[in-house]
Amino acid sequence: MELLLDSLFNGVAIGSVLLVAALGLAIVFGLMGVINLAHGELMMLGAYTTYVTQLIFKLPVLKPFYNSYIIVSIFLAFIVSGVVGILLEKTIIRKLYGSPLETLLATWGVSLILQQFVRSVPLAYGTGLVISLLIGLFLPTTFPSKIKESINFKYFKFSSWIFAALTGVLTGSVISSSVSKLSRASARNVDVTAPSWMRGQIEIIGTAFPKTRLMIIVITLISVVAITLFLNQSAWGMRIRAVTQNRQMSDCLGISTEKVDIITFGIGSGLAGVAGVAVSLLGSVGPNVGGNYIVGCFMVVVLGGVGNLLGTVLASFGIGIMTDLIGAGRLLSIWPDMPLPLSNTINFFATTSMARVMIFALIVIFLQFKPTGLFPQKGRMVEN
Amino acid sequence: MSLSKIKFDKKIVLSFWIILIALIIAAPTLLPVFRLNLLGRYLSLSIVALGVDLIWGYTGLLSLGQGIFFALGGYCAAMYLQITSSSEFPNNIPEFFALYGVEKLPFFWEPFRSPVFAFFAIWIIPALVAGLIGFLVFRNRIKGVYFSILTQASLLVFFNFFNGQQKLINGTNGLKTDVTQLFGQMVGSESMQRIFFWITALLVIAAWFFAKWVVKGRFGNILIGIRDDEPRVRFTGYNPVIFKTIVFSIAGGLAGISGALYTVQSGIVSPQFMTVPFSIEMVIWVAVGGRGTLLGAILGAVFINYAKSLVSEALPASWMFIQGGLFILVVTALPEGVLGWIQGDGPRNLLQRFGLKRKIETYPSLEVNNKEGNNE
Repeated sequence: MELLLDSLFNGVAIGSVLLVAALGLAIVFGLMGVINLAHGELMMLGAYTTYVTQLIFKLPVLKPFYNSYIIVSIFLAFIVSGVVGILLEKTIIRKLYGSPLETLLATWGVSLILQQFVRSVPLAYGTGLVISLLIGLFLPTTFPSKIKESINFKYFKFSSWIFAALTGVLTGSVISSSVSKLSRASARNVDVTAPSWMRGQIEIIGTAFPKTRLMIIVITLISVVAITLFLNQSAWGMRIRAVTQNRQMSDCLGISTEKVDIITFGIGSGLAGVAGVAVSLLGSVGPNVGGNYIVGCFMVVVLGGVGNLLGTVLASFGIGIMTDLIGAGRLLSIWPDMPLPLSNTINFFATTSMARVMIFALIVIFLQFKPTGLFPQKGRMVEN
Repeated sequence: MSLSKIKFDKKIVLSFWIILIALIIAAPTLLPVFRLNLLGRYLSLSIVALGVDLIWGYTGLLSLGQGIFFALGGYCAAMYLQITSSSEFPNNIPEFFALYGVEKLPFFWEPFRSPVFAFFAIWIIPALVAGLIGFLVFRNRIKGVYFSILTQASLLVFFNFFNGQQKLINGTNGLKTDVTQLFGQMVGSESMQRIFFWITALLVIAAWFFAKWVVKGRFGNILIGIRDDEPRVRFTGYNPVIFKTIVFSIAGGLAGISGALYTVQSGIVSPQFMTVPFSIEMVIWVAVGGRGTLLGAILGAVFINYAKSLVSEALPASWMFIQGGLFILVVTALPEGVLGWIQGDGPRNLLQRFGLKRKIETYPSLEVNNKEGNNE
């Protein structure tokens, strides 16, 4: 019983990282039919945001609040990845609407650039760049409508970008001079240390659980609940669902599909950032950190289908629990005296990498029966 | 996509071929050994690019997992080479087995003692694996992005498998071929490498003609039909599954040959051939060269790899930026690729922009086709 509980917890822990990472991917894929190969790199940005936030909170001014840096970094990571995502949507993905394969390749290009960017640009100036993007994108929208309607709006927009660039350079150099760890570019992995209240273990029903894992489960839970509420209760959520179901019809009924695309892509990317915070708690953070999770996310999307968030949830936990069951060879300890050939097989697959092999085989078998995943989108088109 | 080809005189074509063959024969004397080896490798990569062009450029299937078949071909070649050169090692099995205390040869190595089996395995095994994966995926009408990410996932699965199995195929270290013997000669030796270069060059030309033959006629038309409107192909009474499976396994076989040639020229095959970035790179060679133009795939593979080695030698960090930029640029600005742009209306449009050529008043492809007597 205890073993089973342990296995279940481990599975849920693995699955919750997958879930929060795949959630954004699934929403975007459902809406636009686009798989964002840069999703892993948006996660990486989230993880680096956590690292930068941690270092900034070590400054004397913010030292008293150090223990809460992880909470702050969740929001910051959401914003940073979200902004990069919005920029990505505005500049590239929108141009490729209707050709998902090309989008796949373009986003791969973006992911390469982001990886190399983290390697060769000091994090301090990276932070500055993100801040200037943030200001440049959102400052013009805060102008009163009187200015927006005037002919000079273009100049206002332009000058707000200049202001943004200056602020970015300024913050970049301030951070770079005050936090020495951020002032040099490095391809080496960095480590995020959890605040003291998150270290150690907690005991539930006689079993000890690491607190960081619990924190990840909590983050995931909050993200899923928030997204579900947003999609089902808010006006924009309703519009997103409408466009997901039928883009042309929604367009005809006056929903701005452009805005829906931006908002969804921003939220999806932001969720990748939140996933990045979770990932940074699990291991060291490097330019390749996203790549380790991204294929798992794809599997979740394929398995879960795009019609329903429930599919994503079930698929992530399913994959998580299966990974733990196979990868740790748990079946063997639950049923110790199984016949030899079977136990040999189980031992053969009892590593993390071989568990992946097994799970992929299982998913392919599953797709033979349900090719569009657990909860496919219902439609009457030939293509669906 | 209008592919109005420029028709050449027979004499020009003939002289082109004579020059090409002369260059291939003379290349070993013209180039230093290091560059010759690089050129040979890039030429072998262009065979896998031809396969990518067949499935992506003509059939519209974007596979991100061609590395599987590439590496399988490489492993088949390396296994044969290792086992034929293992007579002086204990138990008559390749040296690395001793590291892991393996004394008996794993069963699947056994048939590789025969050169005939190895010769066929190099392209048939990847083709069969591709056919199986393809069939299981296409059967369920899984396509588009789903297909791409499934191929990527299967790539990762193969990578994990080959990376983790030290006792079967030396895991992450891979199999070395440069110190093995083939027909009494060291594979890594200069004279052998020269022969491999010629074999590669010949096979590239053979593969090119083969691919041309595949896309010609009704089979090729159906492939293009699947790319442009698959439901319509199905409603016309063709079963797309069969055609997609066939073309996917052809591409797999080509990838296998390519991998084997690449392995003997680079001296090692390892799970690194199955990493995700490498397989996506194969797509970009085709995209830059021009998808749907077989020659473009060859040229793209050779030139981009050449550029990669030049840039990486000079500025190692910048290649990722350039490559990323290429991905974005080629899909947004140049979707037909360089060769597609030249063969299409690209130069004409450019000249028009500078007022050097008269604008066509009618529907462009119509007039262009009529002028050249092309009824396609």
